[in-house]
Parts: sequence; C-alpha cells; structure tokens
Amino acid sequence: MDLHLTDEQRDLIDLFATVADRAGLPAAVREHETLGFAPELWEQLVAVGAPGMGVPADAGGGGATLLDLSLAAETLGARLAPVPLVEHVVAARLLARHADVDPAVQRAAIEGSAIATVALRPAGEDHGVRLVPGGAIASWVIGLDDDQLVAVHDGPPDVAVPNLGSAPLADRALGGVGARTVLARGDAARAAHDAAVDEWRTLTAASLVGLGLGALEIGRAYVIQREQFGVPIGSFQGIQHTLADVSVGLDGAQLLARKAAWALDTEHDDGATLAAGALVFAAEQAQRATERVLHFHGGYGFMQEYDIQLFYRRAKAWPLTLGAPSHEYARLAARRYGPLPEPMAR
Amino acid sequence: MDFAPSEAVEHFRSEVRALLAEHFTDAVRDEVNRTGTIHSWSLHRAMGERGWIREALPEAQGGGGRDPKELAGLFAELELAGAPYDGLSNVVMVSSVLAHVGNDMVKRNVLPRLLSGEALVCLGYSEPDSGSDVAAARTRAVRDGDGWRIDGQKMFTSVAEESEWIFLLTRTSADGPKHAGLTFFLVPMSTPGISLQEVRTLPGKRVNITFLDDVHIGDEWRVGDVDGGWQVMLVALSFERGLAGGVRDAERTLRVVEEWAHRADVDGRRPIDDPVARERLVRLAIETEVADLLTGRAAWVAASGALPGTEGAAARLFASESFTRAASWAIDLAGPEGLVRRQGAPGNLTGFFEQCYRLAPGTTLAGGTSEIQRNLIAQRSLGLPRGR
Repeated sequence: MDLHLTDEQRDLIDLFATVADRAGLPAAVREHETLGFAPELWEQLVAVGAPGMGVPADAGGGGATLLDLSLAAETLGARLAPVPLVEHVVAARLLARHADVDPAVQRAAIEGSAIATVALRPAGEDHGVRLVPGGAIASWVIGLDDDQLVAVHDGPPDVAVPNLGSAPLADRALGGVGARTVLARGDAARAAHDAAVDEWRTLTAASLVGLGLGALEIGRAYVIQREQFGVPIGSFQGIQHTLADVSVGLDGAQLLARKAAWALDTEHDDGATLAAGALVFAAEQAQRATERVLHFHGGYGFMQEYDIQLFYRRAKAWPLTLGAPSHEYARLAARRYGPLPEPMAR
Repeated sequence: MDFAPSEAVEHFRSEVRALLAEHFTDAVRDEVNRTGTIHSWSLHRAMGERGWIREALPEAQGGGGRDPKELAGLFAELELAGAPYDGLSNVVMVSSVLAHVGNDMVKRNVLPRLLSGEALVCLGYSEPDSGSDVAAARTRAVRDGDGWRIDGQKMFTSVAEESEWIFLLTRTSADGPKHAGLTFFLVPMSTPGISLQEVRTLPGKRVNITFLDDVHIGDEWRVGDVDGGWQVMLVALSFERGLAGGVRDAERTLRVVEEWAHRADVDGRRPIDDPVARERLVRLAIETEVADLLTGRAAWVAASGALPGTEGAAARLFASESFTRAASWAIDLAGPEGLVRRQGAPGNLTGFFEQCYRLAPGTTLAGGTSEIQRNLIAQRSLGLPRGR
C-alpha cells in the first residue's frame, strides 16, 4: 500500500479548491437552491477542462484516472458545489467508449458546452426515468430503456423537482422525445450501464467523503469556540469522543473510496464490489457526521441560517438518488453469496 | 497511490501461514485453551528459530529491520489463526526499547535471549488503581544502598507465568507532577519477593496480579534515567511500528461465520439464505475492508519512519468496536446452538460464537481503551482542548 499523492494530484486538489472557494462555496450554495445549479461555477469548471478531464486523451479528453476524478469530486463535495460534475464526467466517459456517437456530441461532452447525465435506474414501461440526477439541466441523458442503452438529446426542463438535497433532479424520458441514439443492446447495454453506475458510485462516495470532512471541520471549529459552563464545549468528552468516531469513520471511507477508484482504474476483479461498498459506507459516515455536527451546534444547528443544515440534507440526498441502501446491500450480497433461493413457505 | 499488497508482504504472510499449519496444530490450540496462558512455546520458538523475532527490530537497533508492513502481516496471520501473540508482542516491544535505551548488561544478557525466542518478558504497567491513568503508578522503587527496593502490585500481567523478566513501571518520586517521578526497571521474575496470583478473564485466558514485596535489585536493572520513565514509555510507543494485534478479530469472525452460514441449519434454513443475515454479513465485510485499510495506513506511516500514533489508535478503535458489534450479532445468528461451549475436540465450530462473545469486551479495553483512543484522536488529530 502506498498512500502518497503525487504533485500532480495535489495540484489537482488545489485547482478545484480554488475554483470552488472563488465561487463563495459552500455559503453561495443558497443562491442556487431552487434549481441546484450554479452556471458561473460550471463555466469556471469548463474553463479548466473539468467536464472532459476523465475522457481518455486519445479521445480528446484530459486522460485523468478515476482516482484523479475522485480527488476532484472529494474537493468539490467538501464545498457542496452545485454542479453535476460527477454525472457529467461519468456520461462523458460512457459516450467516449462508444464509437458510434457523433463526434460533435463527444466534443460537446468533453467541452462541457452541453451537460450530460446518466439515469441511474432503468426506464419504466413508459420510457420515463424518475428523479434523474442532473436531469433538470442536462441536455443529454444516457440510460437503460428496456434492453437498450440510449443517449437522448432533449431540451432540459430547467426546473427541478423540489427535493431534500436542493439538487437538480427531474423526470426525464428515454423514448418518444428528442434525438435518440442507441449505444448498445442486450448484455452489452446492461454491462456498459453497470460500469457507468459503478463509476458514479465511486465518485459519489468520494463526494460524500468530502462532504463529511467539510462537516467535521465545521463541527471542530464550532466546538472549539462555543463555550458553556465556562469552557469550550469541545473539551467535553461526549463531544470529543463522537467527533473522534466521526473522524475515524471518514478516514476509513476516504481510504475505501480511493481504493475503489484505484481498483476500477486497474481493472481489479473486486472494483465493482468496492465501489458499491464505498458508497454505502461513505453515505453512512457522512450522515453520521452531519447529523452529529448539527446536533452539537445546539439550536443554532437547527436554523436554516447556519450552514451545517446544507451538509446534513445533502449527505442523505446524494446517495439516495441511486436507490434504497437495502437494495444496494442486497445487490452486494448477491454478488458475494449468489442469488437468494426461491422463497420458502415458513 | 497504490492499494496492491506488496509481494514481500504476501510472501511473508504465506510463510507465516505455513509455520502456523506446522506449529499451531489443533493439539497446540487445545493446550493453549486448557492452560489459558496467552502464549505457545512451540510456536514462539519456531518463530525465533527462523529469526523472525530478531528481524522485528529496526536495523538501527541491531535487528533484521523487517518492514513494519511485514510485521503487521505477521500479527495479522497470528490473529486470523486465533493464535496467541501476547508473548511475541511483549518481546518485540521491550526488545526495541532495550536496544534503544538499555545498558550494556541487558544488551548482553537479556536482549539475545529475547530475540532468540528462548525467553519472555511481561509488562508491568497497569495496577489495581491505575489502568488508563498509567502515569499514576504507585509501585514504589526506593534507593537501597547501590540498588533498589521495590514494593507494589501490578494488574492484568499477561504471560507473567512464563516470563523471565517483568518490564516494570515504578514511582521513584512522589513530589512534583506524576509523569516526572517514574522509572522503569527490568526485574527478573525469579527475584525473591515476586509472586503471582492467577486471574481468569471472561474467555478463560489467564492473566495475573503480580505482587512485589520487598524486592531487592541492583541498579544495573534500571532501564533509562531515574525519574525518566515517561520518556522510556514514549520510546516504547514509538516502537509500536504499525500494529501488534487487536485488529483482525472481526475479519476472523467474518471468515468463520460466512463459511458456517453456508453449511449450518438454523431452524430449518441456511443462514446464508436469510436476506437479513446477508445484509449484516455484507456490512461486516465492508467494515473488515475498512479496518484492513486503516491498519495498512498505520503500517505505511510506520514504514515511512514516522510514529503512527493517531493512525494506530484509529485502526484499533475501529476494528475493536466493529468486532464487538459482530460478536453480538454472530451469536444471535447462531441461535441457541451458539450458546454451547466448546468441549473436547477442536476443529469444529462448537463454541466459536460463545467464545467470540466472551472475547469481545476485552478488545476495546486492551492496548488502550476505546475512550483513550478517542481522547488521542480528538486531541491530537482534531486539536480539541483537554477537559479539566
């Protein structure tokens, strides 16, 4: 095991931190909570090549690894950046893996001039997909419609379904609208979609690690200066011990998310398993972190005016977009132990 | 960044497994369970003969300078096999200290016998009135001519019954701050005045109360400066070098329970076919992966030459708390059969669940309680102020 970050990776982290800090995040998130999208921030990310950074260099992209993308996601996640960069880079990588896609579309995805997203769950019988992440603002939606992997180009609604995470969620259609390209069929379609969702899991795990660490830092700073009974509340063991557990849990989640990214990059057999484990674990650690830090703020934490509630809502919302955690666990169990037998009468 | 296990570590771990297969047989396991002593001489001597104990010391201290990751791998295999390692971890830690701050006499007469695997040392830190507050030790060492007279008691002294020496924390000064009045000695267990009282812990493992009544030793047995015991303690901590156990119990439980869940019949069904049990097993698998990563991080920090203080604490805290939850859940999963104590023939799972449940409370206590680990992480890693 070698946990060193290269100089390039440190520079990458600094770059994304600078872009996000200049945008006044996380506080500036509030201006964009209706749609959940900050166009100026997206333009800044476009300017530094973020949308296409994960597309291979020989396809015209930045050639970044999934691990590099994870570092970027963690950095933006810590600041709650209201841009669907995770969905977009996953979609851009998916498009780049299919030669049939119009070069103009590939270019738009790399440049970020059009926002693309992946529908994480298959379409229903009506070809519709409910609550697509980034769906409110994406021009391109890639998803599974019956046994086809399709890329649909359609005007974004520019309206989000109001939701806990103030995210740009919207219902989208994978059939009967706009321009529709079939990328793959049958098993190839499912495999490509699964791989894309595994990348989404890995990057969302990294985003949640960042969010959790951001919340922990808010908590740390608060309890050091908030006094009760004549002393900083951070000197009370109840608070110290909980924050220590939170810190350890987030460290573990960070290691697991990075290992998942590394495993997918190096095509290890257990990449998909690690990605799924990383997501559920990061989700739980981020949720504990935000819930406890909000609690340690006392009544102030319960005010909209204080930033911790921004973290608390998103820690729950980001992973739940994929599906219920119990379903993720069942999927992991099927992977590890095989399918469940047919139900037996008890 | 690279998460691939190193070939050297994997190779060494396979050597350890081979040694365990040869020397930690069911008969040896049975004997260890029967006596309760947290040590197996045949296993320990086999490791000594291969030079593994000597190799555990840093090269700077005249050892074989095995990478901390390899050391962590050694303890990992011992843990996964359920083999006793208190003797080994005491020897590794005390040898490192003696090599660093010991005088010529101990380096000549004690160190080689520890490193060869011939002899053991036990740790005399905890007392009836001081566990976590280790600096509050009251066992008294008073000048007596050229030597010292020691009186006091030590608590939870494991492998004392097999040890030639006790690495003893004493109070040499009662004025001033408690940290500033401590001195370490290496005391031969054969010295008149030392007696042991056996204590059985919940899983049946033996520890001891060590009584020191009018014990006289020469000054050559002092380790470090008079009143410089706290500095020696810090040296001991710096030689923890990654981790020495207490981090793989949950992983061992996962392996055993997974295998059992595929075979067993509990109320007419295999536990692996129960969706609730499967979810919990997957959770345990994820926690085990995280514990492995946190442990690996501590070893990586140690291998880089730094002191893995908070990283070691994080790994121990997470892994032991995970095991405590897993042990309770596992015996529940087993149902009434899980209650049965192991009798006679080893090699089957009877008694595994019950034994885990008995072992669990000790893992969040030994090597620093969870609360002490949390204090360390909160104060050193998060910079939170000490409470008054």
